[in-house]
Amino acid sequence: MSLLQISNLCLWIGSHEILKDINLEVAPGEIVAVTGESGSGKSMSAFSVMGLLPDSAVATGQITLEGQDLLTLTETQMCGLRGRDIGMVFQEPMSALNPVKTIGDQVMETILIHKALPPDLARKRARELLDRVGLPADRFPLSRYPHELSGGQRQRVVIAMAIALRPKLLIADEPTTALDVTTQAQILALLRDLVQEYDMGLMIITHDLAVVADLADRIVVMRHGVVVEAGSTQGLLANMQHPYTRMLFAASNHQVTLPSAPPASPLLEVKGAVRDYALPRKSLFARPGHFRAVKQVSFTLNRGERLGLVGESGCGKSTLTRAILGLEPLQGGNITLDGIPITTEPNPEIRRRMQVVFQDPFGSFNPRHRVDRLVSEPFHTLPNPPRGRDRTELIAETLRAVGLRPEDAQKYIHQFSGGQRQRIAIARALITRPELILFDEAVSALDVSVRAQILDLLAELCEAYQLTYLFISHDLSVVRTITDRCLVMQKGEIVEAGPTEQIFGTPQHPYTRSLISAAPVLPEIDLGAA
Amino acid sequence: MLRYALKRGLSLAVSLVVASLVIFFVIEVAPGDPASFMLGLNAEPDTVAALRSELGLDQSKLARYLSWVSGMVTGDFGMSYTYRTPVAGMISDRLWVSLPLALYALALSTLIAFPAGIYAAARRGKPGDMAVMGATQLGVAVPNFWFAMILVLIFAINLRWFGAGGFAGWDKGFDTAMHSLTLPAIALALPQAAILARVMRSALLDILGEDFMRTARAKGLSRRQALWRHGLRNALIPVLTIIGLQFSFLLAGAIIIEQVFFLPGLGRLVFQAISSRDLIVVESVVMILVFAVITVNFLVDLAYALVDPRLRSRT
Repeated sequence: MSLLQISNLCLWIGSHEILKDINLEVAPGEIVAVTGESGSGKSMSAFSVMGLLPDSAVATGQITLEGQDLLTLTETQMCGLRGRDIGMVFQEPMSALNPVKTIGDQVMETILIHKALPPDLARKRARELLDRVGLPADRFPLSRYPHELSGGQRQRVVIAMAIALRPKLLIADEPTTALDVTTQAQILALLRDLVQEYDMGLMIITHDLAVVADLADRIVVMRHGVVVEAGSTQGLLANMQHPYTRMLFAASNHQVTLPSAPPASPLLEVKGAVRDYALPRKSLFARPGHFRAVKQVSFTLNRGERLGLVGESGCGKSTLTRAILGLEPLQGGNITLDGIPITTEPNPEIRRRMQVVFQDPFGSFNPRHRVDRLVSEPFHTLPNPPRGRDRTELIAETLRAVGLRPEDAQKYIHQFSGGQRQRIAIARALITRPELILFDEAVSALDVSVRAQILDLLAELCEAYQLTYLFISHDLSVVRTITDRCLVMQKGEIVEAGPTEQIFGTPQHPYTRSLISAAPVLPEIDLGAA
Repeated sequence: MLRYALKRGLSLAVSLVVASLVIFFVIEVAPGDPASFMLGLNAEPDTVAALRSELGLDQSKLARYLSWVSGMVTGDFGMSYTYRTPVAGMISDRLWVSLPLALYALALSTLIAFPAGIYAAARRGKPGDMAVMGATQLGVAVPNFWFAMILVLIFAINLRWFGAGGFAGWDKGFDTAMHSLTLPAIALALPQAAILARVMRSALLDILGEDFMRTARAKGLSRRQALWRHGLRNALIPVLTIIGLQFSFLLAGAIIIEQVFFLPGLGRLVFQAISSRDLIVVESVVMILVFAVITVNFLVDLAYALVDPRLRSRT
């Protein structure tokens, strides 16, 4: 008998049908991955099992854990079950822990709330658990607070809490999405070991198909609240039945063909750039210390070149990006665009020739302006901005260039999907025909199918407008296909630079090698079949 | 933690020095000469000059500031221009009414606001929440002097449980003194409690939406357990801020309530002193109030650090 069995689960929130006839099972010791794009209902399936749905949600069907129907249990009975029989790990380790309680207290709480052990033994057990998840006593005493730990370390604490009572079922909702690749690899390995050691069933929810293929015994693909395909990992990868599944896998591994770059002529030159942040004074009369986020970074971006910048969070790539944009001062070195020095003084000339596309396609727009006003914002950098008909025509032409319709100019930003918003962001960056565009994690928040379309759009724009761009991302597979040359940044320094294929094919620096080997890779799949 | 406390303590000292300078010089530039005011319009110039030198008004500003400050440090606040009695004595008499009244009102307000706010947050959108929110709306809207008169009407005139006004004095015993402060304290506390309950509720509701509350529920805590164990302490930061502000207000801003209940408090003293140009009393009372407010802020800062470990390590 399987451990968890979901049969004909339907979920309504108000008048919205969120889940339709979901069927899914997890056996002891089995890893089942539930995957799909945003809005597919994969997280809601997990919360249905936990009984942690919004108040207005109505679930019908059956969710049985070892034969017991969870949907018929009272809230009190569910409280007795959560944490003891089912553990859960969440997406955001930075906010999943209570900031004012020690990690020891928070791990112990799972044990104490179920009265499994007296307090002194619970404390001992909490210590063992933290040791088990890789947080040894000498560096991570029970008295530590969450803010003293990194994201990966916090996620280990959350895992320790979830497995404290050896639950039969562990649910992990995007457990590594917020983490760097090397940390992600460690957390996934830990989860895999724990499943074997405790003979738990693991239901892992993730949008990352490379993680799925790497980890899961079985795969469940969801779309719009429906399971479109399910099967063993081997079988499903070898023989995908549903077109949506094939599309998902194809989009995850989407490749574009860039036009060849013109002969080298420098456009952006960064020479010995240094950026320090002041640290709080150690004592009242001591000089404030500083943290060097960018250490003597130098590189040249040639006209018509597509340059990638990769590295993990905290490596200084965002700081460097802001310095290039002239949003932050440098403490050493200089940055020039076509010979003009970039400073924090506003310079319309620089801003016209260099534009940026940010990660959050919604947060980077004023929600009360119409698209025509949003897209034409960079006009203020022009000496003679187009007016009247010229303006309307330029806006229409730019919207068409990014795959939108001229009529969209009269709409507001909330009327668009995430991918369309990012197209509008690209239109805004493109409208003054800048010589350089910075893409700061510009496709990281997008679903794979949308991401594939945006990458195609970039390749088309490269062809049409001879774009030069700096593409900053933590996602190696995207950088690999969308850039000609690549910089790898670690702890404020560029540790490796070279043609993209060379860096990914034969990485020289140990850090580059560890980055590449940590990133989960989709297996070669024959998508041509059927 | 110790370093944090020292740093806050230093900032307290600096604030006091700056405040004393500001108070002294602002009151110095205020128009009106106390000596000529005291002697009336028809006083001879040489009489005024004699009084000025007796009061020390003919010395330089700096000398007067220094003697004022050094006097205060040793507990000598000078002589009142109008009453010709030591200011220190006048203030301490009044402080023994105003300070207990403020603390009493603050305690009442907290005791009412915490349960009401927590109750409303735990029952968000349900009738209990709406009842509490309606009551607090009323509490914020009703002026406290009107409320004070209603209290006098009901509890002093009709029921005769309390006196209609006046202060019994501490020499009559703690119970008697507190008894005579009860109606004023309630009148002061209720509007503050209404504000505090709303702050408590909204702070808790913010926390209830946090990810770690969901984590707590996933561990097997019930809604109520999660609220008490994980919600309350996190919600305290905004609540503490408001409590600090309210204490300052209750100490200095009780003047109307003091008038309604005939209480010899600081508010009345400073009002009388301003009307009679008794600058030395005004300066001293304001300085005492500033001292109280800055001290309360210091205590609130320490309380923040006790509540939130992130503040302790950020020194």
